[in-house]
Amino acid sequence: MTVLNVNGQQHEVDADPRTPLLYVLRDDLKLNAAKFGCGLGQCGACTVLVDHTPVFSCLTPLAAVEGRYVRTVEGLGTIDKPGPVQRAFIEEQSAQCGYCIPGMMMRAQSLLEKNAAPSDAQIREAMAPNLCRCGTQMRILRAVHRAARLMTVEIERPMREAER
Amino acid sequence: MLTRILGGLVIVVAVVFGAFFAWQWRGELPPVTANAASFDPGIVAKGAVLAAVADCAVCHTQAGGKPYAGGFPVKTPFGIVYGTNITPDRDTGIGTWSEAAFRRALREGVGRKGTHFYPAFPYDHFTNISDGDISALYAFLMTREPVHQPNRPTRLSFPLNWRPFAAAWNLLYLRQGPYRPDPGKSAEWNRGAYLVAGAGHCSACHTPRNALGAETKSDRFGGGEAEDWYAPALDAASPAPVPWTVDELYAYLRTGYADQHGFAAGPMQPVVLSLRKVPDADVHAIATFIASISGPRDATARKRQTEGALAFAAQRAVTTTGIAQGGTTGSANTGTVSGATLFAGACASCHHSGGGLPISRPVALGLSTPVNEPDPTNFLRIVLDGIQPPLGHRGPIMPSFSGALTDPQIEALADYVRTQYSRGGRWTNVPAALAKMRQQQTPTMEAP
Repeated sequence: MTVLNVNGQQHEVDADPRTPLLYVLRDDLKLNAAKFGCGLGQCGACTVLVDHTPVFSCLTPLAAVEGRYVRTVEGLGTIDKPGPVQRAFIEEQSAQCGYCIPGMMMRAQSLLEKNAAPSDAQIREAMAPNLCRCGTQMRILRAVHRAARLMTVEIERPMREAER
Repeated sequence: MLTRILGGLVIVVAVVFGAFFAWQWRGELPPVTANAASFDPGIVAKGAVLAAVADCAVCHTQAGGKPYAGGFPVKTPFGIVYGTNITPDRDTGIGTWSEAAFRRALREGVGRKGTHFYPAFPYDHFTNISDGDISALYAFLMTREPVHQPNRPTRLSFPLNWRPFAAAWNLLYLRQGPYRPDPGKSAEWNRGAYLVAGAGHCSACHTPRNALGAETKSDRFGGGEAEDWYAPALDAASPAPVPWTVDELYAYLRTGYADQHGFAAGPMQPVVLSLRKVPDADVHAIATFIASISGPRDATARKRQTEGALAFAAQRAVTTTGIAQGGTTGSANTGTVSGATLFAGACASCHHSGGGLPISRPVALGLSTPVNEPDPTNFLRIVLDGIQPPLGHRGPIMPSFSGALTDPQIEALADYVRTQYSRGGRWTNVPAALAKMRQQQTPTMEAP
């Protein structure tokens, strides 16, 4: 049994320690946001966060993440209450086929946690490992900018209200 | 009596100092106005090839900056030296330099106004460049787009920031050129040796440096350091399991990949990229020279080493079924994860030998130079940062594992890969090397 912390919840997983984290998330925990794209760390569709850093879950063995903090799109918000990154991607209509979007959102989330107001160049550099074959890159770029503003607003609004 | 001795000493010191000062003194050469249109296009094209061999652009261009306008930080053990503006801008570049001033800069390491350069600028190599080739380089640079970009001051500590120190360094280490061919060797070998010793300045990275930052002459090509990577030995001590041949080196320098050695990575990537502007014949000449000094001298020994390495690599090659049988050791429950488990889950999808891959196949790990180097630096760099082509260029991609694997996991993996794929014995300094790298800033990609 491997104990796994995903989005703040403890799971006991009965799988070979060499199993890619992606398979455990999708097949054992039924968390289907992260996608299998290439299985070789080339496309980024499987990107999740481990200890706040984006990783390719298709190349991360289960054994490597025991006791570490795994986050997936399911941890960013819900259908009723989407998180700022999810809202921004919806509002900018960034998804065409949508296959790359969960990976894109996780990488954007990690960027914005480290840099609240990234420049265009910084977003391009951070998002470079994730591919989109539909061609929605410009909408994804806009969504990351929008998510940055949403996150700042969400931090600032309660502060302003507290001041009143 | 004592005062007389002291007084005498002061005089002696003053005289020696004065003599040194006079000796190191270089006057200003008169400014000129060069006309870009006056240069012969054929000479400019020849200069373009030499500038690509020298890869001037790498140190004389900052990330995202205009070509040759300077600003790139060259890290040395003594501090940071910034590449200067070598565009023909009259105020901030070399627009007022005559060809004589340019020749003096390359041969003696002295600027037009008489200032000594620091040896981070490899004039100890460029001094080997022939007069005709210096003229061509001059013509090439003077026909570039002038860029107004002031130079950044060097960040060296006292007393090294006193430039005449560089003159003392020259007294010890600078042997002025140009290169003299070896009549006992072929024309191609001599061409290669000339390009390597002069413009190419290969040994600047591939040779260990002494306490004063000079190349150790007795150990030329014995392996050195480049931008926090280990620059492997190119001589008899080459760590490549299969000794380099002319054909393999030519493929490596021409395409960035040699099938018995793998992909160019780290600071060799921009070198290969720059060599694209260099004709086949010159790249072949460089390969001819380097292959002649690399690996065992004796043909029988070379053959034996080649066969042994290929057999070892084939025996250790993983098939996916082999992983299924052999990699089950170690349990995630104990808190320690075995290197074999991590290899199976993180590495084997690409680094296996069975079946096809939709991407460029990596070299068998048993033949990989980083795995077989005495120093784990390059292996750890590649695991942490992956191998990324420069932005806007195609190339092999190994993903970064710096976020996926913890330090103890990378240590276990390094131990496993080293014992499994090399006969060189375990690395002993992995934790320290890894800790040092983790503290360094992660490299950022350059804009195309």
